[in-house]
Amino acid sequence: MFKEKNKRKVIPWLYLVLPIGLLGLLIYLPVINMFRYSVTNWDGIDPVRKFIGLRNYDQIFHNPDIWHSLFNSVYYFGASIVQIGLALFLATVLSYGFRGFNVFKGFLVYPFLLNSVAVALVFRYLFQGPGITSSAGGLDWLLQHIGLGHFITQWTGNSSVINYSLAGVSVWRYMGFNLILFLGSIQSINPELFEAAQLDRANRWHQFRYIILPGIRRITALSLILAVSGSIAVFEIPFIVAGGANGSSTFVIETQRIAFNEGRVGYASALAVVLLGIVLLVTFVQRTIFKDEQVDLV
Amino acid sequence: MKRLDAFKVTIYIILAVICFAMVFPLIPLIFAAFKDHTEFYDSGPLAPPKNWFNFHNFEIAWSQGDLAHAFFNTGILLSVSLVGTILIGTMTAYAIDRFDFRGKKAVVWAFLCATLVPGVTTQVATFQIISKLNLYNTRWSAILLYTGTDIISIYIFLQFMQSIPKALDESARIDGAGHFTIYFRIILPLLRPAIATVVIIKGIAYYNDFYTAYLYMPDPNLGTVSTSLYRFIGPFSASWQVICAATLLVIIPTIVVFLALQKFIYKGLSAGAVK
Repeated sequence: MFKEKNKRKVIPWLYLVLPIGLLGLLIYLPVINMFRYSVTNWDGIDPVRKFIGLRNYDQIFHNPDIWHSLFNSVYYFGASIVQIGLALFLATVLSYGFRGFNVFKGFLVYPFLLNSVAVALVFRYLFQGPGITSSAGGLDWLLQHIGLGHFITQWTGNSSVINYSLAGVSVWRYMGFNLILFLGSIQSINPELFEAAQLDRANRWHQFRYIILPGIRRITALSLILAVSGSIAVFEIPFIVAGGANGSSTFVIETQRIAFNEGRVGYASALAVVLLGIVLLVTFVQRTIFKDEQVDLV
Repeated sequence: MKRLDAFKVTIYIILAVICFAMVFPLIPLIFAAFKDHTEFYDSGPLAPPKNWFNFHNFEIAWSQGDLAHAFFNTGILLSVSLVGTILIGTMTAYAIDRFDFRGKKAVVWAFLCATLVPGVTTQVATFQIISKLNLYNTRWSAILLYTGTDIISIYIFLQFMQSIPKALDESARIDGAGHFTIYFRIILPLLRPAIATVVIIKGIAYYNDFYTAYLYMPDPNLGTVSTSLYRFIGPFSASWQVICAATLLVIIPTIVVFLALQKFIYKGLSAGAVK
């Protein structure tokens, strides 16, 4: 019996060796190495890594390009707020379950499932001005035909517009995801609450305010966390749609460029450490704020 | 006659407008894919193609743009990574849920904390590890990264396994089954719904991933659907109608899968996000 018990303590490790090994190798070791590289001037190839203290970090603080790319996250964060608001509205409306709503739901969610490069190319073509064809692209065409022709601009060629265009793509692509989360959590609210509200003649606004809103607090908090860390770590949309050009570069694009095109692994690691620090800080702050917000409805 | 419900009508109008905005970006691209070079240049973006059966652009994209090869490569990555992710996820969940052992809490914490580190932040250092393992420019780089850093699947399996009664294991053990038989013959088959969820959400994620393949497999022979499509930008920039056709070819499988598995996809997406 004693032997059997001991055996049961060893067996789980047989199953965990590989998963934990990979976790350590591919997540924890890189994090540790990142800190180690960040205090050197390593180029990624040289066998010798020269220790240079905090000079890389000092350089980050004095590099306006980096600050500019970090500031670009603000556009995407603004976009996420729009996205969450829109998703919340649409989820509430769709939860009424009128006829044909499943079709609408499909149209709202499908962009989230599309290949990221395909999405980028769709918008590259949509945003273009006259050039590759004799007339301008689809977006200009639409604006002209609904009488908003004076808004036409170089969507990705104008550095004061490009980040709005790209943030718009981000809303188009990711809104469906928030919608699914909200809808799922609205549907898990006890239906008796809605029945009771109807008996009490509560109108739709009251139902939203006093049943739906408290019921989806947790998922709203989660969406906000994802929004902040997501907008700091934006990469694919500006990289593929615009190549990070015209002032659309983000922190991650800068880090990639410095690490893999310029071969300054030490400096890039310092950037990555800063990025990780910001993400962890934001997550931590939000988790503390929303900690006591878990209202139990039933 | 029912009274026309103004509230309902308003809602339908709002939904229709928003859905139009969701579909509109694709329309010029779909039209362009069927146009020949001169028609593409001369006609407006919202002018439907003259001939809906002009598949010339698709043929060029498929053969010259090497999309055929790209689908093959993505297919390999997808199937191997899914098997790997299912095995690793279920093994981890089995060990954590079915056994009591010293260090269990630490193990759970190690996995939980790892979710706080966004993958995109650590690639500078991960890249060095992949190259030291001599996996740069091999399929194994992507497979290893997909399977080894996937904590969401572990979480999904763990959640589901908690609902499988432990009495099943016990009675099997009394019948003389070993731990591996229990894992492989009892737990794994019962996890089928969770496996389906993981296959759907991870399948979509792998098919759509650009970053991993772009960074670790620049060799055009290993090009995935994403990176091969990305490589259309240079050589085909004088014939955007071909790029449009290629893009459409990449989008179509997703739409087909979405239409077929809509319900499961909605479920899978919420299961994967709520941690």
